[in-house]
Amino acid sequence: MYRYIIKRLLLVIPTLVGAAALVFLLMRLIPGDICVVRLGSGGGTFDERAVQACHAQLGLDRPMFLQFVDFVWGFFRGDFGISMWSGKPVLYEIAARFPVSLEIAIMAVVIANLIAIPLGTISALKQNSPIDLVIRVFSIAGLATPSFWLGILFILAILDISQAAFGSPWMPPIDYVPIWQDPLRNLSMVIFPALTVGYRTSAVTMRMTRSAMLEVLREDYIRTARAKGLVEHIIINRHALKNALLPVVTLIGIEAAFLIGGLVVTEQVFNLNGIGRLFVQSVQNQDYTMTQALVMLVVAAFVVTNTVVDLLYAWLDPRIRYG
Amino acid sequence: MSYLMNGVQVALPPSPTQPCGLGPPSPALRERVPSAARRVRVRRSGLLAAGLASALSTTAPPLAAETPKSGGTLTYMIPADAPPSLDGHRETTFATVHSAAPFYSVLIRVDPNNPSSTTEFVCDLCTAMPQPTEDGKTYTFKIRDHVKFHDGSPLTAADVAASWNAIIHPPEGVTSARESYFVMVNKVEAPDPATVVFHLKFATSAFLPALADPFAWIYKKEILERDPHWYEKNILGSGPFKFAGLETGQSIKGVRNPDYYIEGLPYLDGFTGIYAEKQAVRVEAIRADRAAMEFRGMPPASRDQLVKEPGDKIAVQESDWNCVNLVTPNHKKKPFDDVRVRRALTLAIDNWHDAPALAKIANVHTVGGIVFPGSPLAATKEELQTIAGFWPDVEKSRAEAQRLLKEAGAEGLKFELMNRNVDQPYKYVATWLIDEWSKIGFHVTQRVLPTGPFFEGLRNGTFDVTVDFNCQAVVNPLLDVGKFLPHSVYTENYGNYEDQKEIGLYQQLLHETDPAKQRALMREFEKYVLDTEAHMFMTPWWYRIIPYRSYVKGWKISPSHYLNQDLATIWLDK
Repeated sequence: MYRYIIKRLLLVIPTLVGAAALVFLLMRLIPGDICVVRLGSGGGTFDERAVQACHAQLGLDRPMFLQFVDFVWGFFRGDFGISMWSGKPVLYEIAARFPVSLEIAIMAVVIANLIAIPLGTISALKQNSPIDLVIRVFSIAGLATPSFWLGILFILAILDISQAAFGSPWMPPIDYVPIWQDPLRNLSMVIFPALTVGYRTSAVTMRMTRSAMLEVLREDYIRTARAKGLVEHIIINRHALKNALLPVVTLIGIEAAFLIGGLVVTEQVFNLNGIGRLFVQSVQNQDYTMTQALVMLVVAAFVVTNTVVDLLYAWLDPRIRYG
Repeated sequence: MSYLMNGVQVALPPSPTQPCGLGPPSPALRERVPSAARRVRVRRSGLLAAGLASALSTTAPPLAAETPKSGGTLTYMIPADAPPSLDGHRETTFATVHSAAPFYSVLIRVDPNNPSSTTEFVCDLCTAMPQPTEDGKTYTFKIRDHVKFHDGSPLTAADVAASWNAIIHPPEGVTSARESYFVMVNKVEAPDPATVVFHLKFATSAFLPALADPFAWIYKKEILERDPHWYEKNILGSGPFKFAGLETGQSIKGVRNPDYYIEGLPYLDGFTGIYAEKQAVRVEAIRADRAAMEFRGMPPASRDQLVKEPGDKIAVQESDWNCVNLVTPNHKKKPFDDVRVRRALTLAIDNWHDAPALAKIANVHTVGGIVFPGSPLAATKEELQTIAGFWPDVEKSRAEAQRLLKEAGAEGLKFELMNRNVDQPYKYVATWLIDEWSKIGFHVTQRVLPTGPFFEGLRNGTFDVTVDFNCQAVVNPLLDVGKFLPHSVYTENYGNYEDQKEIGLYQQLLHETDPAKQRALMREFEKYVLDTEAHMFMTPWWYRIIPYRSYVKGWKISPSHYLNQDLATIWLDK
């Protein structure tokens, strides 16, 4: 098992280097110049010498090959360089925002699973009943609803309901504080984006849970268990659900990894200073160093999460063992 | 025509198509009134519900005297993700000004009590506005005593001179975004700790407005000498507020400077600026009183949404904005190298009739020429109506456009309009332009690009016609109209043309100090640029709308979102 883990972790390196090369090249293919964007987007005038000074300061006047070597060498030393936009270390910028995205992603995954697994199970158990129909409509609505629209709707609903109820509108705080500083304020801010994203994620998981449960419930060993007189909830929880969760766990892993850098629109709508928003900014600003680092962060998140998922398989299904 | 509101006589607004918002557009009258195109619109939603139409006064209506209250923290929104750096000398974005201006002093500035004036400047660090000497080529400023940086060290003339030298003559490797504004400056020196002297190469009335630049923060000489990049990531000023914290990408905070050199100020205990790029977030934050205001400007729909709030919780101030979208044909691409085709493009546009309709949905309002409406050098309506694109009879104008196109063999022309991916007002203006051009048989498609590729397209000339923009801080017509000069003189002109006659006209304008002659030259320059050669042409000037919580007092709107941002005079009536 340990050999398997080490092998999986070593495979991360070529994956990251490949991703680095790809994003390095792609970013430089996009037309535009960060210095011109910085100096010109305000609308005023700037001197061409100012652009050249900016290029020199950012190292953009160096040959591309040297820039790439610097980047890869820095990566192996854990130094992702300086953000071309803010001038601060890339890791500093990411570290400032990572807790926000991580908190929302974790809460969203927890909420999604708290919704999806019970409802998916009930839906399977009550197949074709009115309850099943309601749950399926609920999950399809989650799939069909864009999360940004849901987020905006959430906020508008909060504003309007609070105005109607209390005479003045209330909305969640818009400046983030870490949970250890002010738990109530923190939770009042993140619960709504977590619900928005969680609902969307739960829709996918719910459907997978339902399908997997339906398949497992038709297995012979479930019929045997019932014939033996086992109580229904023991059959469901101990025998059926554990086996049905294998594909669900894979899905949860993929969704969770995606959430780390994929909360772009949600972060915009709720004004959360997270990785997703940073991603969009860095691409728009043509901040090469930041974009490169963020892509690699997301790739790393996917790889690590999928490794964890694979290890979970072994726990869920004793037949699965890694050499 | 006027009526009484809140005990104040308020005049009904002039038409938005009137270029000068101050009354009849006669030069004589303009000289008697403050040269401002500011309209203060104090809207109380309760009164609106009672049927009183919104009113625009042509000067700031004096409200009943209010005694400022000290205390409180102002929370406002900054419509950006974060400034690229905190260095005002380097940056051109409002995000930098809205974040850090409260921490700094400047030498001179627009009058915070009348920030819409385009001719009045007041001292900040200096003691009195100097009269120029040596044929208008020398300006000597006396610096206040007992001014301190926030670290307790004294601020002297040496710091002022060093800061200005960093702006005007930046050292190798240092970016100064406004270096080209000060081509008229020969040198800046501090002969003693209380005196700063600017020596100009030639006398020009463009100098003082340029000196009032809101980005011209005074830094500590010692730090500039040690590390000229220090201020990109750090803050040390002498302004009304001291730096209290920056949460990267989240918020910036300041606290009152107890040693501020203007007694009694600031009124606030502190401020928090929260970064939020999405407009919906900012509107909702103001509605829910999570923030009191933003300082850039909102579209009409957002204003209308906010003023629906019951009671008088929301006030609104509005002003013409020293920003405008321009249309720039690429002179290197056929048939836009033909002046007849370029003139046809501008003759097709009905500014006078369409501006009021556009004003309902977009941040545009006043029809004007190349000079900010309402400033002394701006054209009157009658003067504009002699220029292509401003004729009073649009049918006649379009008939002339079609005649020119036939002559040039360019009827039914198809081309692409390049535009920047910004809603307000770029996309609205572009959609309108395309519709106007369809009326003379043009088939135009729009290519919308994000900021980076948009600038790349401008610089590489990979466009047929582009929506361009000219956004300045202090109204300084002599420098502001530099945008219309060929690229060889003004690098942010993307029309790809050369025109020595135009450059000659501009040089005369820049060096002329007699106001009447200067005005005549400006008219000649304007006619030449917009009509004779039709190098570029105008769309309606932007319009700044600031809805805010009505407990915010002491802030007055200006024609620029860069101006009057030190927050010193703001107080909270709660």
